[in-house]
Amino acid sequence: MKERGLDPAIEHLLRELAPQVLGAAVRRFRDFVACEDAVQEALIAATEQWPRYGMPDDPRAWLMKVARRRMTDHVRSEIARRERETAIADAAPLATAPLPDDPLHAEADDTLMLLYMCCHPALTDASAIALTLRAVGGLTTEEIAKAFLVPAATMGQRISRAKQMIVDSRVPFALPDADERAARLGAVLHVLYLVFNEGYTASAGDSLQRTDLSNEAIRLTRAVHALLPRDPEVDGLLALMLLTDARRDARTAADGALVPLDEQDRSRWNRTMINEGVALASAALRRGAVGEYQLLAAIAAVHDEAPRAEDTDWPQILALYGVLMRIADNPMVVLSHAVAAAMVHGPRAGLELLEPLANDDRLREHHRLHAVRAHLLERAGERDAALAQYRAAAERTTSIPERDYLLRKAAALE
Amino acid sequence: MKFMLMMNCPRNGYDEFMKLPKAMLEAHIGFMVEFAKKLSRQGELVAAEGLAAPTQAKLVRAGKNGKPVTDGVFPESKEYLAGYWIVDVDGAERAYEIAAEASTAPLPEGQVLEIEVREVMSGPPQDLG
Repeated sequence: MKERGLDPAIEHLLRELAPQVLGAAVRRFRDFVACEDAVQEALIAATEQWPRYGMPDDPRAWLMKVARRRMTDHVRSEIARRERETAIADAAPLATAPLPDDPLHAEADDTLMLLYMCCHPALTDASAIALTLRAVGGLTTEEIAKAFLVPAATMGQRISRAKQMIVDSRVPFALPDADERAARLGAVLHVLYLVFNEGYTASAGDSLQRTDLSNEAIRLTRAVHALLPRDPEVDGLLALMLLTDARRDARTAADGALVPLDEQDRSRWNRTMINEGVALASAALRRGAVGEYQLLAAIAAVHDEAPRAEDTDWPQILALYGVLMRIADNPMVVLSHAVAAAMVHGPRAGLELLEPLANDDRLREHHRLHAVRAHLLERAGERDAALAQYRAAAERTTSIPERDYLLRKAAALE
Repeated sequence: MKFMLMMNCPRNGYDEFMKLPKAMLEAHIGFMVEFAKKLSRQGELVAAEGLAAPTQAKLVRAGKNGKPVTDGVFPESKEYLAGYWIVDVDGAERAYEIAAEASTAPLPEGQVLEIEVREVMSGPPQDLG
């Protein structure tokens, strides 16, 4: 995120080091809330001092030292406070003998442990996202607040409350055991996916901070991928992000209007990202176990590999959505499945699949059901019905670019 | 998801408000100040503003030369926006809870603050396949 005005190399290094320094601090001081504040202060100190006085020889040690100094101050004032309040210097956990300075192999585990903590299931999505970006992503509260368009004070409180909830939940700073790990990893991937979407769906006119969220999500997912290189869902999520982000530039017109997939200028898709995404998606599928992200990545790969929209292998996409429907109870998947069916068997087949969805409470009032119906009705030549459905969708969406797109489609049928 | 919680008041609402007994007025003001602080502490507040009295409002349009032409407020207007909150929450249900709490602001017997809840168009567009 650019507003620090920092050399991108310093910026990158700081964000890389943030979870390592925090992990080491938490293992040493066992106080997540205070350590997270101390590391944040150390990062801010670095952004102020490094450009002015030059980079330290060992940036990681520098950050550790500053964070440790802050923590020592904190521990001292904590002990003083407790003595004042209780007259009992019950500071045993704080007085634990310092652990040796973080052996290298622990750094990787630290990042994972922090992610598991920050994406704790007790937190709301919004809180987990904010905390992950700060504690693991090394972003400042101000940067996160800007990205989510809320005041810094509000974001600060959201982060503090999230940290307090983690402390209250007494989740240990340790890797979850094997039974729990899959579920907790699922929560981590979900949070990273949400961060990605926040950035990806930001419209062109939005601040850089918002669109940079997708880069940040990709960076963090790469880090998870480096730590868990054989997990097919991590492969799948990283592939999905790359294959989706590859289309970002083609997805909005210069004036910010949305460009649907079949009208995008495919020469503007990022080939490097597509190649990497396809390789990851294929590797994941070869490992056998099939998960949601892998399937979404496989579908994105089929789109990305088609030189022209009319070359899209819709039968394969239809089959993939069929599998996805069996493993994920998600009404949006049912909608996408209907779209794929319409591409293979014609708009009537798609419309038939939509019929039962009108009784689904999750979808009945959702703009996306109306939008898909509108597209299929238009293709079926039912102009008036399509027009009404485009308008019904426009009335229900909460995205301005999407509303404008739907209204333009309606106006074109008028 | 962001929602705007609007405090609408009837035409005579400001007059009534001006005439609140002191204790009621203090209770009302205290409630509003504390409510905004609480939303901020909860990490949910985006903005909270009160608007100046409708007697100060102007209707504005461009004149022939492009310069603003101002009018007084249409007398037939029935309701005015007195103030609003914008909150960032996980869903509509939470926005309704906050609105319900806002509606408990102290007012004389028989008067209830009704809050209109509207979603802000800040949602993400979806890929239209």
